[in-house]
Amino acid sequence: MDPRRAPRTVSDPKVRKVGFFTDPPDRSLPGPPNHPISSFPTSPPSTVDNSPPSAGNSLSPVMIPPPRHSSSILSPLRRDPPEFFPLPASPTASTTFSDDVASTMKGRGVAAASSSLPGGLLFDIAASSVPASGLTTVSVVNNLPIEKGGGVAVEMQDDQSSRSKSLKEKTTKAERRALQEAQRAAKATAKAEDGKTPAAASGAAASVKSGKSVKPPPSQKNDSAALAALEKKAGDRPPEKDRKKEVPQPRMQFDDKSRVEKAKRRAVVKQTEARNRVELFRHLPQYERGTQRTELQSKFFELDPVHPAVYKVGLQYLYGDICGSNARCIAMLQAFQEAIKDYSTPSEKTLARDLTAKIGSYLSFLIECRPLSISMGNAIRFLKNRIAKLPLTLSELEAKATLRSDIDRFINEKIILADKVIVKHAVTKISDGDVLLTYGSPSAVEMVLLHAHELGKQFRVVVVDSRPKLEGQLLLHRLVGKGINCTYTHVNAISYIMHEVTRVFLGASSVLSNGTVYSKVGTACVAMVAHAFRVPVLVCCEAYKFHERVQLDSLCSNELGDPDVISKIHGREDINFLDGSTNSENLQLLNLIYDATPSDYISMIITDYGMVPPTSVPVIVRDYRREHLWI
Amino acid sequence: MPDVQALVNDFLIKLKKRKIEGSQATARQAAELLRSVISQQRVPYTNQAGALIDAVRAVGEQLIAANPVELAVGNIVRRVLHIIREENLSLATAAIAGLNLSAASDGDDDDDGERDEHTVLSAAAVAAAARSTLRPPSLQTLLEDMPESATIPHTPSSGGDSEGKSKSADKSSRTRRLKHDIIEAVNELIQDITTCHEQIAEQAIEHIHQNEVILTLGSSKTVLEFLYAAKEKRRSFRVFVAEGAPRYQGHLLAKELVARGLHTTLITDSAVFAIISRVNMVIVGAHAVMANGGVIAPVGLNMVALAAQKHAVPFVVLAGSHKLCPLYPHNPEVLLNELRSPSELLDFGEFSDCLDFGSGTGSPLLHVVNPAFDYVPPKLVSLFITDTGGHNPSYMYRLIADYYSADDLVVRGRIASGN
Repeated sequence: MDPRRAPRTVSDPKVRKVGFFTDPPDRSLPGPPNHPISSFPTSPPSTVDNSPPSAGNSLSPVMIPPPRHSSSILSPLRRDPPEFFPLPASPTASTTFSDDVASTMKGRGVAAASSSLPGGLLFDIAASSVPASGLTTVSVVNNLPIEKGGGVAVEMQDDQSSRSKSLKEKTTKAERRALQEAQRAAKATAKAEDGKTPAAASGAAASVKSGKSVKPPPSQKNDSAALAALEKKAGDRPPEKDRKKEVPQPRMQFDDKSRVEKAKRRAVVKQTEARNRVELFRHLPQYERGTQRTELQSKFFELDPVHPAVYKVGLQYLYGDICGSNARCIAMLQAFQEAIKDYSTPSEKTLARDLTAKIGSYLSFLIECRPLSISMGNAIRFLKNRIAKLPLTLSELEAKATLRSDIDRFINEKIILADKVIVKHAVTKISDGDVLLTYGSPSAVEMVLLHAHELGKQFRVVVVDSRPKLEGQLLLHRLVGKGINCTYTHVNAISYIMHEVTRVFLGASSVLSNGTVYSKVGTACVAMVAHAFRVPVLVCCEAYKFHERVQLDSLCSNELGDPDVISKIHGREDINFLDGSTNSENLQLLNLIYDATPSDYISMIITDYGMVPPTSVPVIVRDYRREHLWI
Repeated sequence: MPDVQALVNDFLIKLKKRKIEGSQATARQAAELLRSVISQQRVPYTNQAGALIDAVRAVGEQLIAANPVELAVGNIVRRVLHIIREENLSLATAAIAGLNLSAASDGDDDDDGERDEHTVLSAAAVAAAARSTLRPPSLQTLLEDMPESATIPHTPSSGGDSEGKSKSADKSSRTRRLKHDIIEAVNELIQDITTCHEQIAEQAIEHIHQNEVILTLGSSKTVLEFLYAAKEKRRSFRVFVAEGAPRYQGHLLAKELVARGLHTTLITDSAVFAIISRVNMVIVGAHAVMANGGVIAPVGLNMVALAAQKHAVPFVVLAGSHKLCPLYPHNPEVLLNELRSPSELLDFGEFSDCLDFGSGTGSPLLHVVNPAFDYVPPKLVSLFITDTGGHNPSYMYRLIADYYSADDLVVRGRIASGN
């Protein structure tokens, strides 16, 4: 009884936070003599993780809650778990499909590939009566064999009772390490409780403590930390530093001298700092651009740690050939796929460890080319998780095949299918006679517009563009090529054009958990003006781009582009006022890439979970994160 | 006056072709043109003011019609008309005050006749006040008028008004005097226009404090001088300049500011919202200020003003008095706007295949919109700084009333019907 109770209570805070929690009937067993919470203080405080030391727990039979229950409780959005998603489940079919689409997405960065979006292909499948919630069921199906619904304690007991004897010494070693981990986590939380480092609150300890104090702990950190601890026991042992990586690290602050120095020593490419750094943005990397390129190119044959496919993608990032967070994410994943294909484990090393390290080094290379987008960060979290959770019993070939199909699945489900669902939803918001405004060249919105056009809706599109990238012109080309009536203007004229607009469709690089939409710079201006003119603002964003971070302004975290493009105006050679004075100390050029749109300007976020208000983002973030990591 | 006509035509063509950049230059040139019109205008013995008014009005109509969006021209025409009326009136009141005669048999003009009668009945100052319904007696008008009438009274020609027909010598001297006064006043106006940003810049020190962060968009000479004046007074602050697409005047401003040693950061227009949370004050120039306190401003400023309002950042508009327009705007985003060439946004070569896509209907698939101005409603403006000081948007109508006479507001109306 106790052991059954214990896992429930340990995972309780997380369940409670969902807000949909009801006691499942099979668990409410009659008359538990001990109140679950009261059972905890009896365990010694040093081992807050509570399962290993308590002898009573380990002796009693282990109960793992049936997976379906836990999943249905934990994820309220999953309506129908057993239903299969009617889609190519075989990796080969999905690969070809995703290759096709992904390659076109990549091509969108290049000006030449203007009308290559495979609209028909996409919408065929989207139209085949796919329920909105169907998407997630795929992952549910995959969850079944390794479901760990309860949380840390469940796994612990699982380890101890059923596996500890059968498996080799390794497992006990794992246990020991797990114990250490738990203690460390407990210490960290104790500190956090003191109010010193609230962000460091991690692991099971936090959840136990918060079981007493009703205050919900920072959920995502909990989740991932608990998960990391859980991995330890689940058989594979990823290197310890990986566990730390699971917890979203505080981002690198570039005004922190010592850390910058360290990072520089590690760097593949020597970067010279820009001369006229913008004071407000000292915390972001500001490097000279030109040197970076030539150096990278010259080092092509020297950089043996970097796989050629990764190298190529890195260069494409650097030159801006691939832009847009979806395209970047897909390109990166496919490069990793290549790299995994060619990977072979060195002797005396384990695949999980070595590959993670390898991917880590690729990543740092990619980051040097261009800072990761949030979508890419999420994808990498997924990938590392998959690697960490590879069963030890798999051979190298099998493991590689699994990983590659996992990547394919991620691209398919989280990006391509998600886009289709978004299109399906968004099209219902377009009616005849509408004037739709979009800003920049968001891929999801483009698909929406093309699909609506194919459905024969009569509407007009206002493409608003801004310097320096002028991505809107590419979108304009493609839309006009399809015969859609377009109006083109620049972001300054937004107040003029907003009079005639009936809906604003925007894309997003990420949606943060406070509802802030983190997107191409200028999106906030458009949303603000639309709000002032009482025009609804709809943001199309795949759920894999959601992030648990919060941000209030656009300055704390951002990316700085090449400042030189500010002073030179493409196609307007007559304007060269700044030619002589760019070297002046007083002049700084600031090329922000992103900005943060406050949630009150957003009417609705269209995502693969449906259409939600910005206030619902944290719910999706948490739910999504769980499902996405626990696949 | 063929030479004047040539000048007028020349200016008209410049206006029509939008050759003159900036409302200040336009205003100055318009004032200079009107000055030469006045000086060339032959004045009859009777009704000199009326003749001048008619002449100025005729030219003004053409000027306004040439570029209805350039409100500064209309403003200057009205200012000059107002000057003529004022000068004529002060002369007349001076004459009457000097002689204290009751017979005003030969009224110059209908208006003047009326005025003369008024002045006969009452003291000069009261008459001046009663003349304009839009302008109830204010301290400024009293102060403006009193010294004039006080200095003039004992002129030798002051007696000419009553027996004008008999004393032709007196009459002509009075004519010359009127014209001379008017031209003097117009010269003063031109002087005001050319030096307005100095007067505005003088106030900079009161508004900019140490370590301030200032945002501006596009380029304005007034803003440049304003910022520089604060810099001169040893205030150190930084300026963010939004480049102001599609004309990129911000680059020009940034260059000037850098040359004058201010810390300048150039940003794209789209980054305005991202940056504004760190900005203490938005200082911009204007194209014109309407009587309701709304601003016709370079395109993009409405966006900036909204962002400033969202973050409670003061939005300060610098405007010389020649930009104050006595009209109330109606649908100004469209009616007081101008669409510039699409080539500033799109390369024609690139899109030539798209522009005539709609072969079936004959209407092109692609429209390119490139407006020149934005309308910033008065509620988004925190403060106007003019050469007479700082003012609230709600006060603008009153300030404007000081510069124009109510009779001239209709200049535009006549033109509208005339066209």
